[in-house]
Parts: sequence; C-alpha cells; structure tokens
Amino acid sequence: MLASPYISAILAKEFKSDFRNPYVLAGAGLFLLSSLFVCYITVKRISAPALWVALYWIIVLFASFNTVAKSFQQEQRGRLLYWYTLVSPSHFIIAKMLYHGILMLLLSVVAVMIYSLLFEMPVDDVLIFWASVILGSTGIAFTLSLLSSIAAKAGNNLTLLAILGLPVLLPLMIVNTTLMKNAIDGLDWSVQWKYITVLGGLNIVSFALSMVLFPYLWRE
Amino acid sequence: MRLNTGFKIGAIILVFYTLIAGFLIEVPALDILNESIRNLFFHVTSWFAMIFLFIASFVYSIRHLSSGLEKHDLLAKVFAQVGIVFGIGGMLTGMLWAQFTWGRFWVPDPKLNGAAIAMLAYLAYIVLRNSLRDKMQRGRVSAVYNIFAFVMMVLFVFILPRMTDSLHPGNGGNPGFGGYDLDNTMKMVFYPSVIGWILLGLWISEVKIRLEQLTESES
Repeated sequence: MLASPYISAILAKEFKSDFRNPYVLAGAGLFLLSSLFVCYITVKRISAPALWVALYWIIVLFASFNTVAKSFQQEQRGRLLYWYTLVSPSHFIIAKMLYHGILMLLLSVVAVMIYSLLFEMPVDDVLIFWASVILGSTGIAFTLSLLSSIAAKAGNNLTLLAILGLPVLLPLMIVNTTLMKNAIDGLDWSVQWKYITVLGGLNIVSFALSMVLFPYLWRE
Repeated sequence: MRLNTGFKIGAIILVFYTLIAGFLIEVPALDILNESIRNLFFHVTSWFAMIFLFIASFVYSIRHLSSGLEKHDLLAKVFAQVGIVFGIGGMLTGMLWAQFTWGRFWVPDPKLNGAAIAMLAYLAYIVLRNSLRDKMQRGRVSAVYNIFAFVMMVLFVFILPRMTDSLHPGNGGNPGFGGYDLDNTMKMVFYPSVIGWILLGLWISEVKIRLEQLTESES
C-alpha cells in the first residue's frame, strides 16, 4: 500500500505547489527563525541540558502547527471533492503524513543546527540525539496531519489545532525530551533503548490510527 | 436511555453509605496518612467512575462512526461531559490529599501529569464540538478526535508510569489500595462506593441525555 503510485503522485503535487509558491514555506521557516532569535535575545545562555531540550522542542512544536496547518488550508472544498473522485482516503492521508513528515524533518534539522549555533551544548551521544530529532519530528507530523484535517473542518482555526494537538502530543514530548536529555548526558544504551522503542511505537500508532480514522472524515 | 427506579434507589443508597460510612468507620492508623486514608473512598472511586464514563464515551464514538446514528453521538458527548465533572472531583480531592501527605498541592508526577493531560484532551473535545455547526459533520469529526485522543491517553497511562518513578500510591514501591493499608473494613466501603459513584454518573448522564433530547424536539 505504501508503494502505491497514487501516494507518490500526491507527494509530487505537494512539493510542486510548494515550489511554485515558496512564500508559504518560507513563511514557516521565517517563523521558526524569528522565534529562535527571540529566545536567544531573551534567554541568552543555557547551561542546563533539561532546559536546552525543553526550549528546543517548544520552538519546534509551535513552528510545526504553522507548517502542518498550511497544507490543509490550501485545499479548498472543491479541490477536496476532486481528490475524492481520484484517490482512496488512506492513500491521501498517507501522502499527507509523508509530506508533513519530510517537512518537519527539514524544519527540525535546520532548527537544531541554528539552535546549537546560538546556544552551545556539548552532546555526548550524537547518534541517539539525532534519533530523537528525527523520531520526534515525524511523530509530531503524523499526529498533527489527522488533527489538522479535523481543524480544517471547523474553519481552519490555528487555535483549534493547537488545543487539539497539545494534549495528544504531550506523551510524545515527555518521552522525547527525556531521550534527548539522556543523549546529551550520555546515558548508557541499556537505559535509552526503551525510550526509543516507545517513541517509535508512538510514531507507528499515530500513523496507523490516522489511516484507520481518516476515511470517516473524508466522507461528507 | 432510561434507567429504572431500582437502579436509582441503589445509587442513592450506595452514595449515602459511602458518605456516612466513609467518614465514620474505623480506619487503620498509619504514619503520615492518618485520617487522609479516607480519601480512598472519594478520590480513587471518582477516578474509577471517570474512567468508566470515558470508556463509555469512547465506545459510543466508535458506534457512532459505524452506525451514523445521532443518538450515539449524543451519548458519547454526555458521557465525556459527566466524565470531566468526575475528573475534576478526583483532581480536587487528590490535590487536597497531596497537600497534607506530600506537602504540595501539585507535584511533577507521571500520574498527575497524565490526569491533567486527559482533562485537557476532553476539554478540547468539547471545544471542537462547539466549533462545528453542521450536526452530521460534528458527530463524525468529534468521534474521530475522541477515538484518537483516547487511544493516545491509554498508551500514555500504561507506558509512562512504568518508565519513570512515581510518588503516587501503587507505584515504585509505594503502597496502593489493595496493599497492606486496605484492610477488610475499608474494602466494605471501597467496593460499594466504586459502584455507587458509577451509578450516580450514569444517572446524571441519563438526566442530561433526556434533557438534551427534549430541547432538541422543542426547537
């Protein structure tokens, strides 16, 4: 199912429309950059790893609402009906989740680079650190894809997306911030593997749940 | 949904039994806990009632998705609302207990965080419902959110306390109910009070459902 030509076609369409109108994506990137800089100006220096990790994920989380919300905002009602005649709902949501996953990966990798430029923090376990960045951002993307299609039904309200998303994302955030903090402190893999499995599990569960539930949103 | 009279009388008797016996029976005198152990009859049992109501809401959300009946959507909504009321009750009684045994109203503990997150998610569910106008759409969209949030909450509640230590009774070597601090006289009140609060929750839900159906048919 994942290798369906429909999915790659929708993905290609998303990236093409981003390429044609890059200002939307650029806006999301600029939002990230500005909030990073606001934090830099106000906080100046961070010495505690826990605080460093918390601030990073708060910035990425709030940037992600903007990034993910925009994709469903662009889909007008007419175009959704057009999609409806072309593809199956599971293909559609999988493509959307993959698209958001790639965007969020890009966003969080750029964010971590700029962020560690501004706030210095020696990382002990680099491999697990990047695993945390990757799994955290894809988890956010998968979860928010379904929720942003819900918020789109209620008139594309960004506040609504935030209040729907935050409580559902908190479990992921708690596991992920612990994982990343432990990676900075260089804890042993025997401690870390269970956080990684839980994080991977949350990714899979939110992906699968969205696939199961989206067809019900699709029908109208 | 219509509850019969025996059910209601049962609810009244059990709740009053909990209130009277819960404050009057002999409880084991334990260090630190002292009389605050009586909170077992109010705090733990209102969480049980809340969990029962949220599961009911989840089940009716699934049934609504498969049947499309408006009635199932109404039931899911009302059970969630009444569940929130019990959740707030459980949270307040828990905070009071924590102040006198732990010394703080709120501590950063996985169980407490889980409870707070669940409350946030269900409040978001209510906000979502009210921001959708079309009735069919509201039912379907909010059912999807209810199912999604419930599954994530369940995962969270099961996974997280096993990964981090918790101060809460029943975790990390702390005695829970059912441990040595629950003697037989306490069980005599505890089990009836669980049933009593659940029955009361169902009764409140029933009244609310009938009220909503009446206002619906009025307009």
